[in-house]
Amino acid sequence: MTTAPERAIEQRDELGLPADPFGSGQVGKPVLRYGGGDRASGAQRFVADLVFPGALQVALVTVPVGCADLLGIDTTAARAIPGVVDVVTPADLPSPMPRFGVSHVDRPVLADGRVNYHGEPVAAVLAETADAAQAGARAVVVDYRELPGVYSLDAALADGAHLVQDPSIRPGHALAETNVLEEAHYTWGDVEAEQQRADVVVENTYTFPMVTHFPIEPGGTVAVPTDQGGLDIYSPVQHPYLLQRTIASVIGLPLNQVRVFAPDPGGGFGGKQNPKLEPLLAFLALRTRRTCRIVLSLEETFQSMRRAGCRISARTGFTKDGELTFHLVQADFQIGAYADVAPRVMGKGSYVAAGPYRIPGVRIDARAVVTNTTPSTAFRGFGSPQVAWATESQLDAGARELGLDGLEIRRRNLVAKGEPFVRGESAAAADGEWIQSLEKAAELIGWDTPLPPGRGRGIAVGIKPGATSGLSQSLVRLLCDGSAIVYAGTSDMGQGARTLWQQIVADELGAELDHVSVVSGDTGTVPFDLQTSASRSTVFMGSAVLEACQDVRRRVLELYAESTGMDPSELDERPGVLVTPDGEISLPEAARTALGSLRGEFIGQGTRRLRGKSKHPLGGDAAFYEFNATAIEVEVDRETGELLLTRHVTVSDVGTELNPLQVVSQDEGAAIMGLGHSQMEQLLLDEHGRIRNLGALDYRIPTFKDVPVELVSAAVENHDGPGPYGSKGISEGALLCTAGALGAAVTDATGVVIRDLPLTPERVWTALQHQH
Amino acid sequence: MTTVPTEDLQTVTLTVNGSERTVAVPPHRTLLDGLRDEVGLPGTKSCCAEGECGACTVLLDGKAVNSCLVLCVEAEGHEVTTVEGLSDGGLTDLQEEFLNAGAVQCGFCIPGQVVSAEYLLRTNPSPSEPEIREALSGNLCRCAGYQRIVRAVQATAARRNGQ
Ligand code: FES
Ligand code: FES
Repeated sequence: MTTAPERAIEQRDELGLPADPFGSGQVGKPVLRYGGGDRASGAQRFVADLVFPGALQVALVTVPVGCADLLGIDTTAARAIPGVVDVVTPADLPSPMPRFGVSHVDRPVLADGRVNYHGEPVAAVLAETADAAQAGARAVVVDYRELPGVYSLDAALADGAHLVQDPSIRPGHALAETNVLEEAHYTWGDVEAEQQRADVVVENTYTFPMVTHFPIEPGGTVAVPTDQGGLDIYSPVQHPYLLQRTIASVIGLPLNQVRVFAPDPGGGFGGKQNPKLEPLLAFLALRTRRTCRIVLSLEETFQSMRRAGCRISARTGFTKDGELTFHLVQADFQIGAYADVAPRVMGKGSYVAAGPYRIPGVRIDARAVVTNTTPSTAFRGFGSPQVAWATESQLDAGARELGLDGLEIRRRNLVAKGEPFVRGESAAAADGEWIQSLEKAAELIGWDTPLPPGRGRGIAVGIKPGATSGLSQSLVRLLCDGSAIVYAGTSDMGQGARTLWQQIVADELGAELDHVSVVSGDTGTVPFDLQTSASRSTVFMGSAVLEACQDVRRRVLELYAESTGMDPSELDERPGVLVTPDGEISLPEAARTALGSLRGEFIGQGTRRLRGKSKHPLGGDAAFYEFNATAIEVEVDRETGELLLTRHVTVSDVGTELNPLQVVSQDEGAAIMGLGHSQMEQLLLDEHGRIRNLGALDYRIPTFKDVPVELVSAAVENHDGPGPYGSKGISEGALLCTAGALGAAVTDATGVVIRDLPLTPERVWTALQHQH
Repeated sequence: MTTVPTEDLQTVTLTVNGSERTVAVPPHRTLLDGLRDEVGLPGTKSCCAEGECGACTVLLDGKAVNSCLVLCVEAEGHEVTTVEGLSDGGLTDLQEEFLNAGAVQCGFCIPGQVVSAEYLLRTNPSPSEPEIREALSGNLCRCAGYQRIVRAVQATAARRNGQ
C-alpha cells in the first residue's frame, strides 16, 4: 500500500511534474484571487457598470397574476410619455412567437397569448431614460382574464388540472395531456424480497421549498446591433457560448455574427447559466437598430430564476444490524412554467436519491411537474440537496428505531471506494474513500463528547454527480519576455477559476505568477467552453490549460532545436524548464533564445473532451462526484423556536487543493447558502400565484448574525481526482446535506422531527408545542 | 414615480471623495443613482434598492448610510465618500486584508462591505467579534460564509493598533 503523498508523487511523476508537489510551485498555495484588487477597490466593472451612451433603456410590462389569457394590450398612453421611443408587444415579434430553452424549446420571447407565471414579460417599453421606460411600462394597459392557474404540486397533479403547457408542444408524448413534463425511473435489485428482509421500515414525506438564487448582482443585458447586421450581447451569463448559440438560432444568424461579452457575474450559483431576457433584447436591438439595455431590479431577478421545490415520499428498510435493505422514493420537483434545464435537474438529482449507500433494492420514481410559477433552473447542488434532505432524514429515522446514532448508521452503509452505489444499467461507483470525510466531520464536531441539555448534534452526507460530458478548449500564449496570456472561456463568478489558470501556467511555463494574465468573457476572442457549471471547470478547463502549456513547451523545444542546430532528440522539456545536454534552462530563457531577434511568441492549444454515453440516463458517467459530510451542533430555544448554531463542520473530498484559500472560501459560502434553505429561505405564493416575498425586505438570506458561532471547513485530499494534479470539482459539496445535518441536530436536541424545510423558528416552535 | 421633464431637474452640489461636484438630477433620484450615473462612480453597487443589502453603502459626512435610501437632493452641501474615495489609487490596509483573508469572491458586495467595515473601524478601533457581526449585519454577501470578512476586519484592527 502506498500512502496518499506517495501516490501523489507517483502521479506527478507520470504527469512529468516536479516531485515535490507544492514546494516551489504556485499550485497548491493560497494564491490571492486574480482580479481581487479590482473587486475590493470598486474598479471591477459588472454589466450594470458598463456605459453605453445613447442606449435605449428597457422596462418590462407584467400582470399581477400567475396565470391569465391576454386579451389585448393598449400602448397608446405609454407611447405618449416623453422619452418613450417604442413599445413592443407580442404582435411586433415574428409569428409564431420565437421560443428558446435548454431542455425544451418552450420559452417564448414575450408571453404568447397567455401569461404562465407571475412576472412573465408581456411587453417591453423602450425609452431614452430609465425613468421614462418605467413610467411607460406602468402606462401600458393590459387586458387579461385570470385563469385558475396551478401554483402547487397538488394543484398541478389533480385530476382535470389546468394544463400549463399546450399539449401541442409535446405532440405524441405520453404525458402531453398532464402537467408532468418528464419522468425519471431508476431501479435495481429485488425490491420485493428486500422489503421482506427488512426488520425495520420507516416511511415519511419530506418537502423542500422553492428558493431563489439571490445573487447580490441582479440580472441585466445589453444588446448592441453591429454594422454587419449582427449583434453584440453583454450579459453576466455563466454560459456565454450557449447564449451565443441561442441568440444565433432565435434570430437566424451565423455564430460569427453574434458576439457575447460576458462580464464577470456578481454571483451566479446556477441562476445565470441559461438565457433569460437576452433573446428579447436581441429582437429589440435589431428592431430599433439601437443599443438596448435592461438592468433588472432584485424583484425582477427573483421572477426570472429559482430552485425547484420538491416533495419526496420515501419508504426505507433496515436489518436489525442497521444495514439498509431497500429504499423507495417518489420525488416530485415543482419546476415552474417553462422547462429551462429543470428536467435535467430532476433526472440528475433523483439519480442519487438512494445516497452514497450500499442498498440492495432501490426504486426511484421522479417527476418534473410544471406549475404556473417562475421557471426553475440550475442552482448549486442541481437537485441533490432536495433528495438528500429526504434520504438523510430517513437514515436518521431508521437509526432512531434501531437505537443507533447518525454516525454509526452511516458508517455501516456508506460505500467504499470503487463500490457501486447506483446499480443496474446506469451503475456508478464511489470515486473516493468517502468514509474519511464522514469520520473527519465526526471528529471535528466532537461527536462522542457529551452536550448540555437543549443542545443536539446531527451528521449527514451528500453526493452530487459532476459533469457527464463536456468540452473545454483553451489557448496559452507564451510571449517573448516570458510572460503569458491564457484564453479560457470559464465564467469567473467568484469561484476563482482565473486564479487557478494563473497558478497552472506559472508552474508549467516557469512564469512569474503576476506575469500570467487571463482573458475570458468574450466569444469573439476566447475559444469554446461548453459551460461554467457542475463544478466542472477545474477538471475540464484546468486540463485544457495544462495541455495548452504542454503544447507550448513542445513548440519551444522544437524551435530551440531548430535555431541552435541541435537535434530535438537531444532535448527534453519539463514543467518550467527545457532540458539540454548541458543542463536545464528556464523555459522563458529557452523561449527567448528560440525566438531570436524577430521575437514573436508561442501559441499552445489544449482541449479536454468527455463524450457522453447515449444509453446512459444522464447522458454519460459523471466525471467525478462531489462528496461532503456535514456535522452541526445546535442549541434550540424552546420558548421561541430559534436555532443557535454553535458549531458547523463541513468536510469535502476534493482530490487535491489547487488553492486552499479558494477551496475554503467556496466551501464556507456553500455551507452558509445551505443554511439559508435549511433555516429561513422560501418563496411564498398567494392564491393568484403571486410571489408574496419579492425582494430583500421579505425574503431573508443568512446575514452576519445568522452564521454559526463556529464554522469549520476541512478537506480530504487523496490526489485521486480526474483534474490537474489529482483535483476534483468543488464548490457545491458543502450545501448538499446541510438540511439533513441540521434536522438531525434539532431532533437530537428536542426529540421533535420536522420534515418540512425551512426550519424557521415558527415551524420549530409549533412542532415543540405539539410534542406531547 | 412619474416621468420628470427636464425642467424639473434639481441642481445639487456636494463633495464627493474630496472634490466638489455639481449634478442635475430629478428630485426622486437617490444618492446611489447620482453617484453612479451622474458623478460617474460605479464602485457603489445597487442590488435591493430598499436599504436591506448594504451593497450601496457610502459614508455621508463620515457616517455609513445606504445610498439607495438617501435622495440625491438631500446630499446638497454634504460630504460623501465612496469606495473609490477610501484610497489614493491603491488598496487600503482593510482592502488588502479582505484579499488576504479570502473574503472576496464575486466581489459585488465587497465595496459596501469595505465601506461599512471602514466606518466601524473608525468609530470602534478594536471591535469584538459580536460587534463586527452587528456592524456588518446590514451587508449581505451571497458568496462567502461571512467569517472571512470578520477575520479581515480583525486583522485590520490588529494592524492599525500596531499589533
Ligand atoms: S441597494 Fe441599497 S441597501 Fe441594497
Ligand atoms: S463576494 Fe459575492 S456577494 Fe459577496
